[in-house]
Amino acid sequence: MISPHGVATAARSPQSQEERTAWEVASRVVDPELPMLTLLDLGVLRDVAVDEDGGVVAAITPTYSGCPAMATMRDDLVRELQAAGFADVRVRVVLEPAWTTDWITAEGRAALTRAGISAPGRVRRTSGPMALQLMPTRRAIRCPRCGAEDVELTSEFGSTACKAMYRCTVCLEPFDHVKEI
Amino acid sequence: MTDIHTHAEDAHDNAYAGLLVNDAHWAFGTSFEDPLAGVDTTIPEGVDGAALAAYCLMLGDDALVLSQRLTEWCSRAPDLEEDIALANIALDLLGQARLLLARAAAADPAVVPALDAASPVPDEDRLAFFRDDMGFRNVRLAEIPNGDFAQTIARILLFSTWRLALFERLRSSRDGVLAAVAAKGVKEMAYHRDFAGRWFVTLARGTEESRRRLVDGLDAIWPLWSECFETHDVERAVAGAGVGVDPADVNADVEAVLGQVLATASIERPERGALAGVQGRKGRDGRHTEALSPMLAEMQVIARAHPEGLW
Repeated sequence: MISPHGVATAARSPQSQEERTAWEVASRVVDPELPMLTLLDLGVLRDVAVDEDGGVVAAITPTYSGCPAMATMRDDLVRELQAAGFADVRVRVVLEPAWTTDWITAEGRAALTRAGISAPGRVRRTSGPMALQLMPTRRAIRCPRCGAEDVELTSEFGSTACKAMYRCTVCLEPFDHVKEI
Repeated sequence: MTDIHTHAEDAHDNAYAGLLVNDAHWAFGTSFEDPLAGVDTTIPEGVDGAALAAYCLMLGDDALVLSQRLTEWCSRAPDLEEDIALANIALDLLGQARLLLARAAAADPAVVPALDAASPVPDEDRLAFFRDDMGFRNVRLAEIPNGDFAQTIARILLFSTWRLALFERLRSSRDGVLAAVAAKGVKEMAYHRDFAGRWFVTLARGTEESRRRLVDGLDAIWPLWSECFETHDVERAVAGAGVGVDPADVNADVEAVLGQVLATASIERPERGALAGVQGRKGRDGRHTEALSPMLAEMQVIARAHPEGLW
């Protein structure tokens, strides 16, 4: 399901025309809190399978443990797939491997920037204990509006669990940054 | 369901349109869902389901109770950024609690409080809202009142450093659900710890007043710190079975990280003895401080008033 580059891709190529159709429908469903992104671009949609009886099982994974949007995502997927003619639709939760911002696709990153949200950088992987960081988090990011590199962190937490808040010191606009996890 | 709102219609024009078209979109669950839907909850071979459930309640209650405490800061923090930060930390912990309580219910349905057969309340909500204080298994560090902002920061630092160390080891649990919850939680706890660590140093090096408050805050919670490393029989059993972590095993790692923060902040470890239990029984045994019961009363009152309610 995860390519070597850490980008979300389909687990396997669709096994049938029906499965291809189901994938296409599910791939168009957008995130409730970041509606410029599809669940696929966000890396939250992990699989779509159609069984022999035509039942669809879609798999989604939460961004954060407390993600309050899971029920809405499920409802949106069920509704769109049913509208496309699939009568039996179920959505299952996948907890492992844990979601990472590295799964946000290139299209997803471009869509975030167009919407004025700074896309996450690559996650630095550590295998051992998480090292203590007492200095402010340094991220090489640009203002999504004017492109300036001269930005400052205003808060490590933002309007949703996945974002931090920044301010551009050139164009003076505040903006959200999707934090790396 | 007719007249369903779709995001595409208003995503780039009117931010308020969605509020008016479909209220269900914003309600907290027009229907509940199993947070472990489709997840394999088979108990690993050789593991006692009752012990696994008891352990999940411990870890879940730690998160639930501190989450509720931190939520008390909503609209009361020193500034808007910190208000949002504390609420975000509380939300992460609530998410962890939900998964862990659901895992406890799946491992041993006997732990779930019984309600009327018609009640649609899901298992994890029954555990959160329909147990009394003596049924909670959290460490007492999680339950004491917040104190001021400095004391709150000191508690988040201690709690997240400790829980991060537990979760780092729990990632290799033989129980797939616990391993997955821990792998996800590690990222969240590291973020909380670093946030609290930065504020700890800022307050320590700030003004005379901020330093005084921090020292007092750390002093106030210190008697509850050693309890976090005492091994309960349940923890010994699940650690032995390869599904849990003995908290005594993370003591040295946790103290090393805490030592880094204290050194940077030039703050000494308080010299205060441990808070005694009730005949040796403490939070993990369901024996709590007097602060837990009023907190639970506030947290549970709505759910208990409507045991057949759908949230």
